[in-house]
Amino acid sequence: MLLNQFLLLGAVLFCIGVYGVLVRRNGVMVLMSIELILNAVNINLVAFGTHLQQATGQAFALFVIPIAAAEVAVGLAIVLMIYRNRRSIDVDSLDEMKG
Amino acid sequence: MELFPSDAVFTPDVSWVALWPMVVMALGGLLLLTISSLGKGRIPRPFYALWAVLTSVGSFITAIPLWAQVHGWEDAVLWYDPEVDPTGPFSTVGGVIAADGFSVFLTMLIAVSMVAVVLVIEAYLDREQDRFPEMFALTMFAALGGMVMVSANDLIVLLLGLETLSVAAYVLAAMDLRRVQSQEAGFKYFVLGAFSSAFFLYGIAFIYGATGGTGLVHITDFLAANVLLGSSGLMLLLGLGLLIVGFAFKVALVPFHSWSPDVYDGTPSPLVTFMSSVVKVAAFAGMLRVLVMAFESAGADWRPVIQGLAVLSLVGGALGAIVQSNVKRLLAYSSISHAGFILLGVEAASDVGTAAVVIYLTAYSALVIGSFTVVTLVARSGDRLHTLTDYQGLGRTSPLVAGLFTFFLLAQAGVPFTAGFYAKFSAVIAAVDAGTAWLAAVAMLSAVIAAYLYLRLVVTMWFVDPAAETDTSHVGVPAAAGIALAGCAAAVLWIGIFPNTLTDWAERSVPAVVQPAPPNLVESGDEADADVEFEVGPDGMPGMPGPMPGEMDFGELDLESLGIDPAELEAMLEGGDLGFDVDVEFEDPPG
Amino acid sequence: MVDLIWLVPALPLVGFAVLLVAGRRMGEPAAGWFATAMVGASFLTAVVAFIGLGGLEEQVFVQTLFTWMPTGDISIDAGFYLDPLSGVMILFVTGVATLIHMYSIGYMHGDPNFSKFFLYLNLFVFSMLVLVLGDNLLMTFLGWEGVGACSYFLISFWFTKPANASAGKKAFVTNRIGDWGFMVGMFMVLFTFGTLSYSEFLPLAPGLATTTATFIAVMLLIGAIGKSAQMPLFVWLPDAMAGPTPVSALIHAATMVTAGVYLLARINPVLAVSADWVLPLIAWIGAITAFVAATIAVAQNDIKKVLAFSTVSQLGYMFLAIGVGAYWAAIFHMITHAFFKALLFLCAGSVIHGMHEHQDMRVMGALKKFLPITFGAYIVGWLSLAGVPPFSGFFSKDEILAYAFDVNPVLWFIGLAAAGLTAFYMGRQAFTVFWGTPHWHPEEESVEEVPPAVTGTEAEVLADADDPAATSAATVVATAQPAVDVSDLPDDFEPHESPWTMTVPLVVLAVAAAFGGLLNIPLPSSLHFLERWLSPVFELGGPTKLSLSDGSILLLLSVSALVAIGGTLAAAAVYLWHKVPSAPLEPAVLANGWYIDSSITAFMGGPGTAGFQATADVDTKVVDGAVLGVGAGVGRLAQASRYLQSGHVRRYALSVGVGTVVILGFMFTRVVI
Repeated sequence: MLLNQFLLLGAVLFCIGVYGVLVRRNGVMVLMSIELILNAVNINLVAFGTHLQQATGQAFALFVIPIAAAEVAVGLAIVLMIYRNRRSIDVDSLDEMKG
Repeated sequence: MELFPSDAVFTPDVSWVALWPMVVMALGGLLLLTISSLGKGRIPRPFYALWAVLTSVGSFITAIPLWAQVHGWEDAVLWYDPEVDPTGPFSTVGGVIAADGFSVFLTMLIAVSMVAVVLVIEAYLDREQDRFPEMFALTMFAALGGMVMVSANDLIVLLLGLETLSVAAYVLAAMDLRRVQSQEAGFKYFVLGAFSSAFFLYGIAFIYGATGGTGLVHITDFLAANVLLGSSGLMLLLGLGLLIVGFAFKVALVPFHSWSPDVYDGTPSPLVTFMSSVVKVAAFAGMLRVLVMAFESAGADWRPVIQGLAVLSLVGGALGAIVQSNVKRLLAYSSISHAGFILLGVEAASDVGTAAVVIYLTAYSALVIGSFTVVTLVARSGDRLHTLTDYQGLGRTSPLVAGLFTFFLLAQAGVPFTAGFYAKFSAVIAAVDAGTAWLAAVAMLSAVIAAYLYLRLVVTMWFVDPAAETDTSHVGVPAAAGIALAGCAAAVLWIGIFPNTLTDWAERSVPAVVQPAPPNLVESGDEADADVEFEVGPDGMPGMPGPMPGEMDFGELDLESLGIDPAELEAMLEGGDLGFDVDVEFEDPPG
Repeated sequence: MVDLIWLVPALPLVGFAVLLVAGRRMGEPAAGWFATAMVGASFLTAVVAFIGLGGLEEQVFVQTLFTWMPTGDISIDAGFYLDPLSGVMILFVTGVATLIHMYSIGYMHGDPNFSKFFLYLNLFVFSMLVLVLGDNLLMTFLGWEGVGACSYFLISFWFTKPANASAGKKAFVTNRIGDWGFMVGMFMVLFTFGTLSYSEFLPLAPGLATTTATFIAVMLLIGAIGKSAQMPLFVWLPDAMAGPTPVSALIHAATMVTAGVYLLARINPVLAVSADWVLPLIAWIGAITAFVAATIAVAQNDIKKVLAFSTVSQLGYMFLAIGVGAYWAAIFHMITHAFFKALLFLCAGSVIHGMHEHQDMRVMGALKKFLPITFGAYIVGWLSLAGVPPFSGFFSKDEILAYAFDVNPVLWFIGLAAAGLTAFYMGRQAFTVFWGTPHWHPEEESVEEVPPAVTGTEAEVLADADDPAATSAATVVATAQPAVDVSDLPDDFEPHESPWTMTVPLVVLAVAAAFGGLLNIPLPSSLHFLERWLSPVFELGGPTKLSLSDGSILLLLSVSALVAIGGTLAAAAVYLWHKVPSAPLEPAVLANGWYIDSSITAFMGGPGTAGFQATADVDTKVVDGAVLGVGAGVGRLAQASRYLQSGHVRRYALSVGVGTVVILGFMFTRVVI
């Protein structure tokens, strides 16, 4: 079984996603990075499921996909609202509250 | 050869009693949305508030028979039914939903908190001239997520609850369209929340990989029976660490807390009552059930982490609050410090600790809802007055509100004969009981620092003359908010003076490890002609979903209606090629 | 009769509740009389219970009200514990408090918050009674916190004065340090014995391991030091007299500050089995506090501040007594001190009342003919505090000194020196206030009465006491005329005697202060009434038995008496007959409390004393200063933490990421290969 390779792929995708959240200043790119992390998790789940010869992994992945969709729907709505107000989706400009 | 025809349907055993509180909350929210879209703004908003209150009350009431079923009927006199024996803790829906004292009590706590939250929201919407009831619906869905979390006995369900709660909460944070801070809060909450949820999910994936299942009971049994070495051990521990990160974010522990001051600051004030009570209750419940119950045998691995987080939160929260000049931020930091206290109970990993967590969560909910209700009222129209300057001289302009706030603050500081003291007391007892007296000493030190910041607010209200820019108009208490405030104050006093009742409940609110009930094949009936009992090996059995090792008693079955020919079954049994042991007792042996 | 004991704290509580509801409607003076009646009734009940206690075989009575906290196998009751010690305590607490209540009716006359004042006063007495009567440490802690909170409110009572609010805050913050010690000690007791109840854990104390006992003792000692204003936590008490004078009397004399001494006396069996350095530590803390506070008192100009420092000093004696194992002598001194210090504060209040709220002794003088009753009462209090025979203070202080001599002559000598200073500063106060020439008319005094050197010192004193920024201005004013502005007094101003509600308590207290020594006449030992009465309480504590012969005791008595009279004569020489210039005796170092207060504040990274005195604005400066006890740089640390909270969501995500890496890093170390 290629479990290790799949896990490695998942880990790489996960790290890319985390990196994206940490360095991208564009709000939409941040959302996409979060998507990437969730998909990395899906790869892991499916890989484990296959490895264990169970349906649970796949079923779990099926749960994660709508969760990700719901999150992104809400996230995009918020980003859109911010864009309307500020004409910018630079996340670093959002520092009204601090300290 | 298959024992059952391939179109046989296995339905998980569903005990509706255990699901009613959630169903009521979900239906209430959905109906509210439906009615409001049909009503097109013609229905006055108070109707929706009443609806939401009734839903929450309904949710609470439906939880009572469940409590009775878990703990015995004498606790619920009105529901007394000698026919039904208490079954003790049980799990349902294939073992993914737990019904034990812990889940039921916290479900009730969420329902009661919801009543207060809805009342505060109503008072707020009334002041802001807002006609729309979305806030009610969203808080109800979020509360539903919270109820799912406190009952979740499976990591998938836990995640579903968490996301239901979180997604609704993201929207709630961004609810105030007039204030840019609110959108900023929504965005920050969303990005960081989704980020940490992803960590959480990654953790679940690892745990699934290491243990081969997502059920908490399965994990408990698995870890009790196996010692994971090498890469499986690493996966398990990484998964555990990531789960802790996810929980730590939701309950705002240092260093995963940075969102909370900003989000509390930006979110419409009445919704902060929700975020700081229900969200924390649900997240702590999940944390406790996962760590203390499922990962009990890995205590040596996670307890140091929790201890570290507790110290950082206790000290960081108190320190962060000292320099704040915004009351909402100040209370946000204070709630970080409170979270550190609750960790004392989690860290203890004992029944005493669990009871302490339940006591603390109950007391804390009452305190924090009361405090933020006052904040909501003082903020005046537009939800804008939140600085210490705005609280100057409040004692003279609005003695009632200032007096109540003083009471809640003193209780948060841990003055004896208030709920705050008893909660802190229980947490410290639990910590010392678990052998971490040093942590208890740190907690007491932090309480001493924290007392100062509450005092600072009290002094500002009573002993400082209002500044020129302070709004010195009288702060009125609308009836709805008044009820919430009175309820919270009464609870704080009651718990403080007569803690016995709460202690009694809390001690029975312990998560229980209960094996899932077997799936239903069909209703047993008069025509039952066989008593079937399987013993399934570790590989599961053909035709049934998922691995379900262990014994299963299907009870009396009506073979005919299942399309099983008793003679064929008899032949199969004698042939012995089933791959699992099965013991069938025929009422009327064929042949 | 003893089962009436619950009434003792209940009556003031009823008073509090009634005043809370109907106080405003009752108005003046009904609210005051009502509160007084409640405390008075409490006193009568205490007397009844006390007599009842004398009739009991065991002389211990425990009354359980209800089970308060069941936590696991531990359950804590709310109940009362009456034994000879708490019996004596409730008698003088309620007795003195009744007189102070009555006095307040006159003193608070015309105050817009008249009924509110009595409400707090009643709550204060209730808290103190719970503290004393509680049958377990948690009840004591409840009262402990209660008196702390009440004192905080009472000190801040005139909250329009910023200094009062900040003094109240200081009291609260310093007390919290003590509270922390108390809390930790309390939990340690709970986990060692599984109970907090005095009647259960004290008899078991002799079986304690030394380390455990030491830990408990030290933690509770920290609590006692904070509450009883001992070195180094005494900074709050002198500031705390910023409140109305009856409150100062209540806090300083009968309640609150004595709580620390009471606690140490109560846990004497634990002290007995703790490490052998604990008791000497207490003794040294007491002796040093007694001496240092006495030196500071010498140079104060505020009539109440002198008394405040003298309270710190006298509490030092009580600690000294505990430290040398003379528990009953500590209680004896506590009782006599309650009488004469309450008396002195109330006299000071009467003087201040007569002087239209002026507190600076330099504007007084020759008051004896204007305030005859106050003067007469004051004489008794003064001589009693100064330790002049045959007044009560002489006997109680001398008992302590005798024990100190027996244990360690160095301690005795420090105590004796402090006694001399006490006599001196009290003489100074008496002669400045009641003798000499009147100073309340600015033009009379500026040239003739006050030598320039003194004025200079005073200017410094004032300048230091106020905001440093105002130093130059203050100096200018001070050199021109006597430092204190009396321009608000009318030209034809004459001090007046106080109304009868104020003078009657003075007379009663004067009688008590004069004859309080009869409780325990030093020789012969058959007249040791108090010692015999209290002996069952201290049996397990292994109290020191005086090994001195009667002759030695007599000699010590005479030495003390001579020192007291000598100190008084020295004061007379300086302040009455003006034989010696007073300036060198009042150096700025002493006037500023050896700069302990200001150096602690400065050390704590705050803006110094100015922060406390300048304003009650809760700005960060005061915050920094006020958390002085919690630790150096707490404020700075907190400020630093603000930079982490940059407002940038990516920074927050980074902190989540870093936290995760740390946790996962830890998890890596846990992997079993």
